[in-house]
Formats: sequence, structure tokens, C-alpha cells
Amino acid sequence: MEYEVVIGLETHAELATVAKLFCGCSTKFGVEPNTQVCPVCLGMPGVLPVMNKKAFEYSLKAAVALNCEINKFTNFDRKSYYYPDLPKNYQISQNYYNLGIDGYMNMSVNGTIKKVRIHNVHLEEEAGKLIHPEETGADYSLVDFNRAGVPLLEIVSYPDMRNVDEVDSYMQTLRKILLYTEVSDCKMQEGSLRFEASISLRKKGSDKLGNRVEIKNLNSMKSVIKAIEYEAVRQSELLDKGEAIDRETRLWDEVNEKSQRMRSKEESQDYRYFPEPDLLPVLIDDKWLDAIKVSIPELPLERKQRFIEKFKLSDYDAGVLTEEKVLADFFDACVNLLDRPKAFCNWITNDLLREVKDRKLDINSLLIKPKQLASLVELIEKGTISSTIAKEVFSEMVQTGNDPQKIIEGKGLAQISDEGLIETVIDKVIAGNPNVIEDYKKGKKNALAFLVGQVMKETKGKANPKIVNDLLREKVGI
Amino acid sequence: MSLLRHTALQIKEKIISREIQATKLVGQVFEWIKYIEPKIQAFITLNEKGALEKAAEIDKKIENRQKVGLLAGIPIAVKDNICTKSLNTTCASKILQNFIPPYDAFVVNRLKEEDAIIIGKTNLDEFAMGSSTENSGYKITRNPWNQNCVPGGSSGGSAAAVAANFAFLALGSDTGGSVRQPAALCGVVGVKPTYGRVSRYGLIAFGSSLDQIGTFTRDVKDAALLLHAIAGYDSYDSTSTQVSVPEYSDGIEGGTGGLRIGIPKEYFAEGLNTEVRDAVKSALKIYERLGAKFVELSLPHTEYAVAVYYIIANAEASSNLARYDGVKYGYRTGESRGIIDMYCRTRSEGFGNEVKRRIMLGNYALSSGYYDAYYLKASKVRTLIKSDFDAAFEKVDCIICPTSPVPAFKIGERANNPLEMYLSDIYTIPANLAGIPGISIPCGFSKAGLPIGMQILTRHFEEKKMLQIAYAFERETDFHLKKPVLKGSTV
Repeated sequence: MEYEVVIGLETHAELATVAKLFCGCSTKFGVEPNTQVCPVCLGMPGVLPVMNKKAFEYSLKAAVALNCEINKFTNFDRKSYYYPDLPKNYQISQNYYNLGIDGYMNMSVNGTIKKVRIHNVHLEEEAGKLIHPEETGADYSLVDFNRAGVPLLEIVSYPDMRNVDEVDSYMQTLRKILLYTEVSDCKMQEGSLRFEASISLRKKGSDKLGNRVEIKNLNSMKSVIKAIEYEAVRQSELLDKGEAIDRETRLWDEVNEKSQRMRSKEESQDYRYFPEPDLLPVLIDDKWLDAIKVSIPELPLERKQRFIEKFKLSDYDAGVLTEEKVLADFFDACVNLLDRPKAFCNWITNDLLREVKDRKLDINSLLIKPKQLASLVELIEKGTISSTIAKEVFSEMVQTGNDPQKIIEGKGLAQISDEGLIETVIDKVIAGNPNVIEDYKKGKKNALAFLVGQVMKETKGKANPKIVNDLLREKVGI
Repeated sequence: MSLLRHTALQIKEKIISREIQATKLVGQVFEWIKYIEPKIQAFITLNEKGALEKAAEIDKKIENRQKVGLLAGIPIAVKDNICTKSLNTTCASKILQNFIPPYDAFVVNRLKEEDAIIIGKTNLDEFAMGSSTENSGYKITRNPWNQNCVPGGSSGGSAAAVAANFAFLALGSDTGGSVRQPAALCGVVGVKPTYGRVSRYGLIAFGSSLDQIGTFTRDVKDAALLLHAIAGYDSYDSTSTQVSVPEYSDGIEGGTGGLRIGIPKEYFAEGLNTEVRDAVKSALKIYERLGAKFVELSLPHTEYAVAVYYIIANAEASSNLARYDGVKYGYRTGESRGIIDMYCRTRSEGFGNEVKRRIMLGNYALSSGYYDAYYLKASKVRTLIKSDFDAAFEKVDCIICPTSPVPAFKIGERANNPLEMYLSDIYTIPANLAGIPGISIPCGFSKAGLPIGMQILTRHFEEKKMLQIAYAFERETDFHLKKPVLKGSTV
């Protein structure tokens, strides 16, 4: 039988604040266990949470970017469950009044725009991390509370996706939006961006949803795709056999590329949500919301469209430029200085990205500045340097952050356009290669290219190639 | 008169004027405690060494004519659910028996800044759950007026410490009456401030939306002094308010001319002991003589207060006490098979029966399918109870009623009847639900010689007016001056 796969995603993104959600501890990743903790994030007796305003604003920003309706009144709830990495054995989260509801996100899937609805966006605190000692037979586990209390944004989509292409685009687009709005660094390898999928199957054409299975422990976008593909097959095989799908939560096993039941619906926990009495409700007025709206930059999809329409860039180039916000910002800054979008696009998508890759640079802390790239493009146009020399200068600019003029002067790389000077070199080359001149006169046309090459070599590539060509042709008598 | 019978203000005066040294005073305090404490059992932990050090520091300051704090040299006792850095804080629970906080509660920090001398941590009902201090995991505190009787609770240790002249001042916490009721039963002054008036940072949470730190003192002026020292905004407590703290002592003698006193009929109904009723009624006559007018009024939702309270407080408690799991601090069971077993054993062994009962009730009220019927409904009725008070305060300046329906009862008398025990707080609970301030002051004695307390309630943040009204009565009476006879001798 043919089935339609129905997929929804839950996304957790750690917010990029300096401090934790309810205390002043640092959120820095990868430090010595239990060194970024205090009585508050350890859940010691008598301590109280105090909201990190920045984290709240980041959440609002994300909710607005995802076109959510913002609840003017929002508060926090306690979600109760026992786990050793959860210091208070309840998580401060949102249940009854999520800060953002009923949003949507537009994304491009194979060139067409698709809308996925967002059920809600809410803010909560991270748990710590359990460490299970390597040695076999250890009868204990350790807890690292450094992560406990890091602000965590949860974004819950509607089950609006129908295939893995859409899921892939959803994850990529959402990641870009979170990066563009600068609310999260979205490093999946550090766990600051995580996904959980829920999947159900239904007969093609049916509008009734089937029983949903949730998949956890998805450590990369690749795992998400693989787990969904696996689950779609598993469910369709069961349905073909006439068996029912249990509502359950399954764990993805990355190594064996299989999922296993973690718990059934009957075993699901009762979180006993109730309003957090230690925090006041947050009232969001229009002024605050307007300020948040203003702080949201042009989002990736719109920006890509603008690059295509305004600068006549290809879909591919515009896609590369908007992949990372810093790149798109860099491009926009260049174009603002000098109206040469094609040239800048080439420099950024080819040369800059190659340098970044080869030299393993951090794209967020590039030394080269848009103004400098604009100068470089201008210097090429004015004929001060050739485009070949320009590549060398560019590489230097990326490595040092120096102005192109300074590099050109320092290395004497300026193009030679002085005809007298070039003539002297040509004379020398002609004198030194009588055989080549003979060949040329006999009709061997590519001999000229050899002579041009020799002149360039003599001038260390600085001679203006057009002048060299013209003068050579003149000299050898064409 | 023995030094130990003075008020805090009097003793502070003597210390500042160098009539007596703080170290000498502290020495006398501990001498008396050692003599009498075995009969009273007010303390879980004594802080003799720390107290003497602090006293020496204050003596030195005074000697050097340095500036001293508001509470300079005054020995104070602190309820053992308020965190004290480097000093055991147990909440009277086995589960925290070895817990030494690495931080001070906001109020403890204030006490230290104002040069008070913390002499020890007082007994309470485990996690402040109870009205008799019989639910302590360590000991039963006895009422200084009659050692066969309870001191009330949950701050029974603090109330007894002030009544027995162990401490001039004490801090307690009041979630449903836990300061006012023991104050009434021990014949001292007890204040529960407006919710948000005093920071809860470092107060080990029971019912977070109800808990408020309060004061025990020998008279109303001392209450004004201590409240002034601990009130105010704290950036570590989101529910503390920025409303400015007035000078409570200023104008405390202002009198009660034109005062409109509300008498809620629900507080004088069935279940009220006649001796208590008579004492409060006589007290009202004094106000009448002072020129006050009475307004009979109704707070119609009073009858639901106890039920609402036990849903909300227990729901919050079930969550607040979830952290005591043996993983991070406090008691952990010896042997266990796996984490769930460790949790179960730790909590079964660490908590007492009343705490377990309330955790179960609270979890039940929050369970999926029951939340709307219990917690949510209770929250709505709570709003109605608040509205009752708002409406009443349109017509009156304060409400006067009994603090407790009965004087101190016998130890063991109600221990096996939780419902009856819960009714001990019938007159104090509504103020916690509404968040308004309340004070209990001595207003008489039963035939058996047990103190009776009267409660005055005012609008939010009207502690100053409340203290003024209380003082007007105290000035006309001498109930607060009577002392229990201990060891066959008055101090």
C-alpha cells in the first residue's frame, strides 16, 4: 500500500547568552566539570531563580522571526520528573502560556517555497550531563552540572512535513534563522542544536493522522534523516502486515542505524505542570515587542531572493552567500561601497571561501574587511594591478588584514604600464630568443604567447598584459 | 530585673552605652540556655562560639567608637529553615541533617550587617509543615508557659526561644500562620509581613507563593526594629518588591483616633474557644475606649481557605521537596539497587510522615486529569479570598480577629489527627493566601495560664499602620510583660 509520511520536529537550541538562565554562571562550553555552578543552578535549598532578560529577549526574537503570535502575558511552569542531571527534579519551562504560538516558517525545497507551521516557541532551562565512567563494571555515574541552567529554546513544529527533503530544508532553514538572529550558535557537535522527530504514516489521500512515534537521541541532521527513513519503512511494514502502530518513544542507535523502544505511551511521564511561583509572569508591551521586531535582521530566504532579484546573482551563488550571515553581511557591505555585485560575489564565493577552507579560518573573525575588498576591486579596474596579482594580494589581505594598497606598495606589485619600460624588456626578450622570432615569422602563432610569457616573467608578472601584447605585435611586425 | 528579660531595644541601648558588654551578655544568654534548654528544646543547633566571636567584634567596635548596626549586640535566634553560611541548616529534617549551606539567606546577611548576634538555629516542624513543632525530625519543643503543651508551629522553636528569654529576637517563617500562631501560643509578638516585603532567598521553600519570613519579639517596638532591618528589595528574589521600606518605628505612638476596625463574623464562629473569644472581645473594648469604630463585616470565602491552602501549599511543596534525592547533598541511603531504588530509600528514610503525607497530597493535586479540579480551582478560589479582603479594606483600616482558635494544646493531643491539626491555622491562613501582613500580639491568658493572641491584619504593605495599631493596644495593657515561670524561678 502507498503511505504518506507525516513528520513534525521538536528543536532545542541553546541560547547564545553569556550567563545561564536563572543565575550568573557562565555558559562556556567544554570546561572542567562542575566549575560553572553556583547554589542556584545546583538547586540547593532555599535558592531562587532570577530571569536572564537577555535570554528572554533572544527567545522573543526567535519567536518573532518564526512569525509567532506573541503572548502578551507569559509565565513559566515547573515540569516535574526525577533524573540525576536535573538538580531540582523539576525543569523550569513553559506549558500553559508559551511565549510564542501559531507561527510558521517558509523554506525552499528543491526550488519551491513551502510553509511549515510552528506550534509554539518556549523558553526553558537545560539539564546537566551524566557521565558514565569508561571502565567496565563501574557501579556509579557522575554528573556535570556546568550545562544545568543554560537557556534552552524549544521550537515545536506542526506535523507539516511529508518527506526527508522537507525535513532537511526545515532543519537547515531553522538553523540559519537562529544564526541570522544571533540567538544561538547552533553547534550540533556541542549539542547546542538538537532535534527530535515524530513520525506517523497514513494511507495516501487520508486526512486522518496515524499513531505517532517519537524518536530521540538524534545527534546530527544526518541521523534525523536516517532515523525518519528507517521509521517510515518500519511503520509501513507493520501496517502492510495489518499491525497497529504503538504510540511510543524510540531511541535512535546511530551505530547500528536502528531505533529501539524507549517507552510506550502508557509509560509516559506525568510532568505535573504548574505555574512557577518563584518567577513573576512576564508582560510584553508593544514598545518592547517593537524593539524586538526592529532588531530582527533580514532573514536568509528573503535575503537570497533580494540578491537574485536586485543583483542578478544566480540561485546557486545567492544560496552560497546567504548560507552564513557573516558572508551575506560582508557582501552587502561591499556592494554598498562599490556597485560591482558580480565581482564581489566571485571574490567571496570562490576566493574567500577557498582561503577559509584551506587555512581553516573562523568565518566569524575574518581579518579582511569589506572596505578592503572594495579597494582591491577598484585597483583592478584602474589597472593598478592585474587580476593575477590581485589573487596574491587578496590572499595576503585575508591572512594579515592589511589594506591592498599597503601590500602592493610593500611588495612592489603595482602593474607596469610605462611603455618605455616595457619596450626595454621586450627588446631584451626578442634579442635573447631569435629562434622563437623565426618560428613566429614562419607562422607559428603560439610563439607570441611564449614571448608574452617571457616578458611577464621578466617583470614578475607586473607588466600590463595588454600593453605587452600590443608592443610585441608591433615589434615583431604584424 | 535580669538582663535577659529586657526588650531588644533596651538591651541594645545598654550595649551601645557600654553599660554591658555584648560578650558578657552572650555569656549570660548561654548560661541560661544551658540551664533551661533541656526542658524547652527550642534549638537544633547552638552557635555559642560564633556568637561570642561576633559579640567580641561588636564590643571592639563600640570601644573604638565605630559605627554599629541597627541590631548591635542583640542576641537573635534563627529558624532552622533559613540558611546560615557554615552553620548547619536542617529544616528539622533527617534528609538535611548534615547540610551546611555555603551561603547566607538574604535576611541572615542583613542580621550580620546590622550586627545582630546569631545564637542558634531553632526547631520547627519538619520543612515547616505543622502547627505544633511536634513534626520535627529531631525533638519536640515545649511551651515555656506549660511544658506539657506545644509551643505552636511551625516556628515553635523561635517562639519558645523568645518566650523563654533565650533570645531577644527571633526569625521564623509563616506559610499559613507559622509565625503568628506560635507567637500567640507562647505569648510573644509575631509579625508576618506582606508577601514580597522580605526576601525569601535562603529560606528553604515550603509553599513558595505563601512563604514569608517573619519576626518574633517581646513587644511591638522590637518588631518594628527587626522588620526594618530585614525588609526590602533583593535582586535574588524575583518576588520581593521595590516598594520602599518606611521607618516602622517613626510615629508608632501615633494612636488610633478615627480608626475603623473590621470584625469579620466568620472569625468568631463555631470552633472558637470561648476563652479566646472573650479575650479578643475584651481587647476590642480597649480600642473602643481609644476612639476606634467597629465595622461588622463578612469575608464570605473564609470557609474555603483551609482547603485551598492545603492544595496550593502541598502542590508547591511536592515540587519544592523533589530536590532532596540523595544525589547532591544531604542524606543518602546506605545500600541501593540503581537510581530509582536510591531515590525511594533516601526519601522514605529521610522524610517524616507529615512531609510524606503532604508530598503525596501535592502530587495528587497536580496529576494530569486532576490539575483543573484541584490546583486550578484552588487558585481561582484564592483570588476570591483576596477579593474578600480588598472589599473589606474599602470599608475598614484593619481587621482584628483571634490568631488561633485555641490556646496551646497538649503535646500529642492532635498529633494523630492531621485534619484537626490543620484547623489550628484557620484564622491565619487567609492572610497568606491574600499576601497581606498580619501581626499577633498577646491579649490575655486562659484560666490555665496560657497566653492568648490577637491578630491584626491590614492592606498590602501597611505594616507601619499595623504596628501602630498593635502598639496602641500594647501601651494600654501589660500582657506582653508577663513571663513564664521557668524552673520555679522567674528570671
